[in-house]
Amino acid sequence: MIAESLYQELILEHYKHPQGRGLRDPYDAEVHHVNPTCGDEVTMRVKLGDGGKVEDVSYDGQGCSISQAAASVLHELATGSTVGHSLEVVEEFTRLMQGRGQVEPDEDVLGDAVAFAGVAKFPARVKCALLAWMAYKDAVARSSA
Amino acid sequence: MTDGMFDVDRIRKDFPILSRELPGGRPLVYLDSGNSSQKPAQVIATMREEMERHYSNVGRALHTLGAESTAAYEAARDKVAAFIGAPGRDEVIFTKNASEALNLVAYSFGNPTCDDERFRMGPGDEIVISEMEHHSNIVPWQLLAQRTGATLRWFPVTDEGRLDLSRLEELVNERTKIVSVVHQSNVLGTVNPVDGILARARQVGALMMLDASQSVPHRAVDVAALGADFVAFTGHKMLGPSGIGVLWGRHDLLSAMPPFLGGGEMIEAVWMDHSTFAPVPHKFEAGTPPIVEAIGLGAAVDYLTAVGMDEVLRHEHELTVYGLKALSEVPGLRIIGPTTAEDRGGVLSFTIPDIHPHDVGQILDDNFGVAVRVGHHCARPLHLRFGIPATTRASFYLYNTTDEIDALVRGLHHVQKVFG
Repeated sequence: MIAESLYQELILEHYKHPQGRGLRDPYDAEVHHVNPTCGDEVTMRVKLGDGGKVEDVSYDGQGCSISQAAASVLHELATGSTVGHSLEVVEEFTRLMQGRGQVEPDEDVLGDAVAFAGVAKFPARVKCALLAWMAYKDAVARSSA
Repeated sequence: MTDGMFDVDRIRKDFPILSRELPGGRPLVYLDSGNSSQKPAQVIATMREEMERHYSNVGRALHTLGAESTAAYEAARDKVAAFIGAPGRDEVIFTKNASEALNLVAYSFGNPTCDDERFRMGPGDEIVISEMEHHSNIVPWQLLAQRTGATLRWFPVTDEGRLDLSRLEELVNERTKIVSVVHQSNVLGTVNPVDGILARARQVGALMMLDASQSVPHRAVDVAALGADFVAFTGHKMLGPSGIGVLWGRHDLLSAMPPFLGGGEMIEAVWMDHSTFAPVPHKFEAGTPPIVEAIGLGAAVDYLTAVGMDEVLRHEHELTVYGLKALSEVPGLRIIGPTTAEDRGGVLSFTIPDIHPHDVGQILDDNFGVAVRVGHHCARPLHLRFGIPATTRASFYLYNTTDEIDALVRGLHHVQKVFG
């Protein structure tokens, strides 16, 4: 019953009821990222405000529960935060995902995203969890450019 | 195989991997043979014996081991030739897989070193494939069209998952140089009718190729009776190892075609300013071939022949009938492909509302040990045609049982519970 640790209730909840889904105006940058091996995709828009505030993260996409729930959790964590802080969370999330299940997650930094800890034990699914987060990093870089 | 009767329990004992346990004590339910098949002990033993007792390079070594390895390698060619009813053993080219076989033919067209009219290609010429092709029967032709300026055209697929041949006469016309279609779809299971397309191709002077990667392992295929010009298939889907594939082609065409890869053993003589080439099949087998793999494929052919391809087909047909009925009882499940077992192989692709195939496959594997394939199965245009990004695919072979289909259905009910 290994999958029980993968499909945490929080992930299923975000998959069934995604937060902040749908592309919105205005935005500073829009990116489209795909996962060619499985066809998952996400389009992401970022609107930044004064003092590095993240005013909105809007997205649309299709894919498995892991990739879609990861986008929803990212929206919740990043919107209203700052660029600096949200990128710290992205960094910690990436470290967790690439840790092959050996990394102890920092729950203070990750918040709800800690629910994805089990994904790190499934190498084939890590890229699903990272899809939206990498798109966000890219969109922020383009917004600030 | 007891008393000449097909006995799936007896067959399963020949496949060591089928009795292994997965982590957590789960039994293995392997429903992914359309992706790659498992190997019987006879194939494993043959390859082991070749490496332990006979191995050396083929064709060029004059010593005892060289002679033994060459004899075994060429005997594998004879076995494959007999298995597919090839009129001549020299028409069987060993490649590394079906993709290489398809590329080999595609690269024969529009090649300035070949002045045979049948292989000339340029702007105005046309290539016809279908919407149900595997990427390996799409991309080589796309690349050919890009190199030569020729036009790539497509047979559509009906909602039922059959080839739509209603525009056959318009799609295959006097501009067509080659028609290349799949014999049995790796997603839909559909077995395509060859005769009508071939008759039209002959009428307009076009060549015809079949991607038989999913048919040769599962039914008796006689290339002479089929009548096409080229047939490609691969060893690893038919109980053999990976790394070995086959191109069968008509001798006069193979002889007229330019070499594909240059290298050792494909030459007749080499000068500093030019080379002349060995006759087929060796013209197309540059470099040291996959020796042990070819011999392993020969053993796989022996195994399938002993079981009998008609028995394999009959067993898989029973599984397909059973599987179609069993899956129809899963709420909301939609089969992508024919919903009846006529002219159809044991490949069942499907979608379940609001649950992504990757999640289906993950839970089937983790909770039930059921191995299926999820994704677009290297047939993205076909999935786009049906307006879906991916499917879950269960594919059967001679060693599968109805109990395993029951395990799949139990797993799907659990998947629906998790996501309910």
